[in-house]
Amino acid sequence: MSNKIQWEFPQALEDEAIYILRETAAQFERPAILFSGGKDSITIVRLAQKAFYPGKCPFPLLHIDTGHNFPETIQFRDWLVASLGLELVVRNVQDSINQGKVQEETGKYASRNALQTVTLLDAIEEMKYDACIGGARRDEEKARAKERIFSVRDEFGQWNAKMQRPELFDMLNGKINIGENVRVFPISNWTELDVWNYIRREKLEIPSIYFSHERDIIERDGMYWPASPFLNTTDEEVPFRQKVRFRTVGDMTCTAAVISEADKLEDIISEILEAKISERGARIDDKRSEAAMEKRKQAGYF
Amino acid sequence: MEVLRITTSGSVDDGKSTLIGRLLYDTNSIPQDKMEALHAASKRKGLDFTDLSLLTDGLVAEREQGITIDVAHIYFSTPNRKYIIADTPGHVEYTRNMVTGASNAQVSLILIDARKGIVEQTYRHFFIASLLRIPYLVVCVNKMDLVEYSEARFNQIVEDFQALVASASFKAPSIKFIPISSLYGENVAGKSEKISWYKGDSLLDYLEQITFDHADSSHPARFPVQSVIRPRTEAFHDFRGFAGKVASGQFNVGDEIISLPSQQTSKIKSIEQFEKQLEVAQARESVVITLETEIDTSRGSMLAKVDNAPALLKDITANICWMDQQKLVPGKTYLLQHGINRVKAKVQQLLEVVDVTSNQLVEDKKEMGLNDIGKIAIKTAAPIFADAYSVNPANGAFILIDEFSNSTVAVGFVA
Repeated sequence: MSNKIQWEFPQALEDEAIYILRETAAQFERPAILFSGGKDSITIVRLAQKAFYPGKCPFPLLHIDTGHNFPETIQFRDWLVASLGLELVVRNVQDSINQGKVQEETGKYASRNALQTVTLLDAIEEMKYDACIGGARRDEEKARAKERIFSVRDEFGQWNAKMQRPELFDMLNGKINIGENVRVFPISNWTELDVWNYIRREKLEIPSIYFSHERDIIERDGMYWPASPFLNTTDEEVPFRQKVRFRTVGDMTCTAAVISEADKLEDIISEILEAKISERGARIDDKRSEAAMEKRKQAGYF
Repeated sequence: MEVLRITTSGSVDDGKSTLIGRLLYDTNSIPQDKMEALHAASKRKGLDFTDLSLLTDGLVAEREQGITIDVAHIYFSTPNRKYIIADTPGHVEYTRNMVTGASNAQVSLILIDARKGIVEQTYRHFFIASLLRIPYLVVCVNKMDLVEYSEARFNQIVEDFQALVASASFKAPSIKFIPISSLYGENVAGKSEKISWYKGDSLLDYLEQITFDHADSSHPARFPVQSVIRPRTEAFHDFRGFAGKVASGQFNVGDEIISLPSQQTSKIKSIEQFEKQLEVAQARESVVITLETEIDTSRGSMLAKVDNAPALLKDITANICWMDQQKLVPGKTYLLQHGINRVKAKVQQLLEVVDVTSNQLVEDKKEMGLNDIGKIAIKTAAPIFADAYSVNPANGAFILIDEFSNSTVAVGFVA
């Protein structure tokens, strides 16, 4: 394939996503957007804004705060909510730890990534959300490639790959029993490049950590980890200063940096096209095993 | 940029996953870390080559059994367009997944093992592609390397397939035959030197040339209303717009429209797409339409042009594919969802069940279960605004939902 850069965004993807969001608003009583502060959930917020214009976005944002976020992400979240006049609900993993529902991991690979599932399921129950809109994409990972657009979960948030409802044409069946809920994925058919081209076309603001910046990092297992109070390090792991950026926004304990000079969207897109490492390759949480994502999906994570 | 949707079908071992892996590999769509994982996984299995099929066989159970069990979506791009592949399993018990994968496709890609020729599954795939009226059919005769790239063998399979096509009620406007070897990449992304007797395009070159009429001018204009947008803010105090996605045809500002089921008429005042005002809305575009006058229209209504409105149907004959473990119960009430419009519907009669491998009616078959295809008569509690699937596929399909389990139990095509 030629390396000609494809700047054009396939408009059919936006039309499809807006249709899905309108169906979500119509078929459910209490839908919410799962907001992480990453580019995919920022894209979802934009689509929701466009789908109901000139009316208001009918969905609140639910943010599960692990306490290990990049501070830049939290700043961005608060700015976005204020500038669009959205409703924000935050639930904290620290509360789940304090309540004894989950236990902090130990060791140098400790992260709160697995813990947030419990906080999320509790928040869904507490707020009585019957549909949670997420920015997951099928191209991210093999287990996600089989995900439906309306994905029904049982009371425990569990996903059953063998019991999925068939989705035919563009007809979406969101009928559920009390206690069940649905995860909605409007940008299922987008790739990472589609998301970036959309952000560029729509001129969307994104958290600053996506762009090249100087930061203290440590090297571990051939990857660059952001130094932070949340990361358990050994004596040999000495932080050093480096120009880096992040391709995804997760916790500071499980998101690896890439060395990059890209400080404009165009440079980021060029970099992705030449990238040697796939997007989730920089997510330490997926590296635990080949079936890592599928196991977390069954447990109710996304 | 255009999006082309492809559905792939094949039997268990005819190399479908390898073919898709090969398309990704040859279009540079596999990032380095995934490639390294593939090398490692192939080595673990004791293979002396990189098994590209491991790229798409996603779920743990599949990796254990070495088969594909559900619809998986795979993406790749060329500078020309974006491709979405719905990869569906080929075993007997998963017809429902094949129908699901095919429902959004413009191209159906059927694989045939050159050694085995046409098998029972080929009939099934062809039948489904015909039932769903997929406009482009590509028949890849795979594993040509195992028949010494024999032209005679290829021609024999083409002839057998043409005989199958001749017996069908619907014929795809375009059927293309390509001899390939997915394992060695012959005729996948580039022209094969080993198959020099074949003068046609490679698979990817052929796909790149497929074109579509996006104005969809041959189909009637249909706009199912998803919701009414009434902001009631100061800036938009009197705004009342109808949000939806154009199902087929196109609408222009100034068009005389009729709203169903109220049958009231009005004129299109504006077509809006966020802050933009459009002159025309085409098939598959999500827009908001405002009207000159206030008429009775809400979620589930359909806007059409006054001179070409669909009939209000309550007694429907339809071809259906059953998709649930629980069998169809004649006389039972289901929910029928046509587009976004849901009504109660009672199955009046099971008219026939078809054997998709012979295209013959099954004598004495009085029930319909998982993966069966047949014809039913159904009566709805309120009218639906559908076209015959053969005339306008985008407004001719529906699903049946079981009111108790909430499952999608069938897909229907209005006859």
